[in-house]
Amino acid sequence: MNTEELKSSISNILPSAIYDETGEFLNVNIASEELYPLINELRSNSEFDFDYLFCLTCIDWKDHLMMVYHLLSKTHQHTIVLKAKISNRENSEIETVCNIWRTAELLEREVFDLFGVKFINHPDLRRLFLSDDWNGYPLRKDYVDENMISL
Amino acid sequence: MRGLIEDDYVTDEGEFVINIGPQHPSTHGVLHLKVWLDGETVKKVQPHLGFIHRSIEKMSESLSYRNFIFATSRMDYLAAHINNEACALTVEKGLQLEVPDRAKYIRTILAELTRLQSHLLWWGCTGLDLGAVTPFFYAFREREYIMEIMEETCGARLTQNFMVPGGVMYDIHPNFQKRTKEVLIQIKSKFQEYDNIMTGNVIFENRTKGVGFLSKEDAISYGVTGPTARASGVSCDIRKLIPYSAYDQVQFDEILGTGGDCYARYMIRMHEMKQSVSIIEQLIDNIPEGEFQAKTKNVIKLPKGEFYQRVETPRGELGVFIVSDGAASPYRIKYRSPGFSNLSALPLMAKGGKIGDLVAIMSTIDLVIPDIDR
Repeated sequence: MNTEELKSSISNILPSAIYDETGEFLNVNIASEELYPLINELRSNSEFDFDYLFCLTCIDWKDHLMMVYHLLSKTHQHTIVLKAKISNRENSEIETVCNIWRTAELLEREVFDLFGVKFINHPDLRRLFLSDDWNGYPLRKDYVDENMISL
Repeated sequence: MRGLIEDDYVTDEGEFVINIGPQHPSTHGVLHLKVWLDGETVKKVQPHLGFIHRSIEKMSESLSYRNFIFATSRMDYLAAHINNEACALTVEKGLQLEVPDRAKYIRTILAELTRLQSHLLWWGCTGLDLGAVTPFFYAFREREYIMEIMEETCGARLTQNFMVPGGVMYDIHPNFQKRTKEVLIQIKSKFQEYDNIMTGNVIFENRTKGVGFLSKEDAISYGVTGPTARASGVSCDIRKLIPYSAYDQVQFDEILGTGGDCYARYMIRMHEMKQSVSIIEQLIDNIPEGEFQAKTKNVIKLPKGEFYQRVETPRGELGVFIVSDGAASPYRIKYRSPGFSNLSALPLMAKGGKIGDLVAIMSTIDLVIPDIDR
């Protein structure tokens, strides 16, 4: 599918999606609560067939967190970037996608470790790199560590 | 140590738990695997990461667009060139900067030399892991020639830091072309020797054939890339799919396998080495004259936006994702490292096999731990 077809097909599933085409890929902005129904459709519908999640990460925009999913279809060779906005910084939650793409299991643990986003229904949500008693989430912009030296 | 006295060490009757690593010769670095065993059969594997986590992503947020590239040499230390290239390409994408042809050719040749030395090291270590010591010496004999070329042109053997936004840091050494051609002749004459000592060896075939199977669907779902995925039949060579640098100027084959086992992964890398030699041969005599670096401003500032670049490292697809807010350092940077995703498929591959097979699987995935931990 080309960009226009992708946009109209996604709008059929989720009318509230907002598109951004300024970058290299088509960006689809949604709210975190709308993630699971859409992403399930993107994987299972053979017209989309996004079978390869090649990057999963989070961005801290100071007033909200944003989950970013880079999706690619091996059969149709089309790419989209799905961005789910998590408005609640203090108690940030989003549905897991690791039952759709297995690679997400470790990637989501990394995001939980460094950003503190809790993934609902994740089978094994523990810290990945840091020790279990670590305070705070280092990749958040408001993270302060007294041992951190500014150069 | 973390995780050593946990409740889940108490398991069903007959099952016991052992720790492999973090200090263990066959994990090729500080990787800790917790393995649930029933006799010799592996029931479950759980990787514990973070022993060499330096938070390069956090560090990069306070470094300039020139400096953050150097931290990436310390991620996948066997492919420092390619990591640097990925970052340089991302910054160039943001600046919409056109790199001189000479720099593109030099980058591609150096990247393929890197791939060659990385695969040679992997070949030697695979032999070592499976109980054969000789391949290690053979591989390092040839790898040394490549390292000498690197040292002469880049000034370093492992963490070269040679790729900068706009091109390469210096022009190539006057001896570069001559020595590279000599080394290629040397290496080509040794491939038969490698096959004689390892590929046809009965013990080696018994240890790798039918071991650690990974299906095509699982490879895609787990985000596995590189030779590991191509052995399962997934076409994922970024050099072919989205050519960067001078890869659109050369003829080469994407090697695909169907076996999905350790032996298939081994064969893919053996063939890839020959392809790398062929790519360098096509480029080495045709390096165009001209500038080796495009003009860039002293302080690089990327426009507001998001930039993503994918490259093919010896281990798979490296993605660099830069989020810029218009300042002189990245707002957020994410490395999609190939080793991280490849490791996530290890528990699946090892399940149901013997503990000796776990070592064979680990060595044919070709894990580099700093690349996983970052």
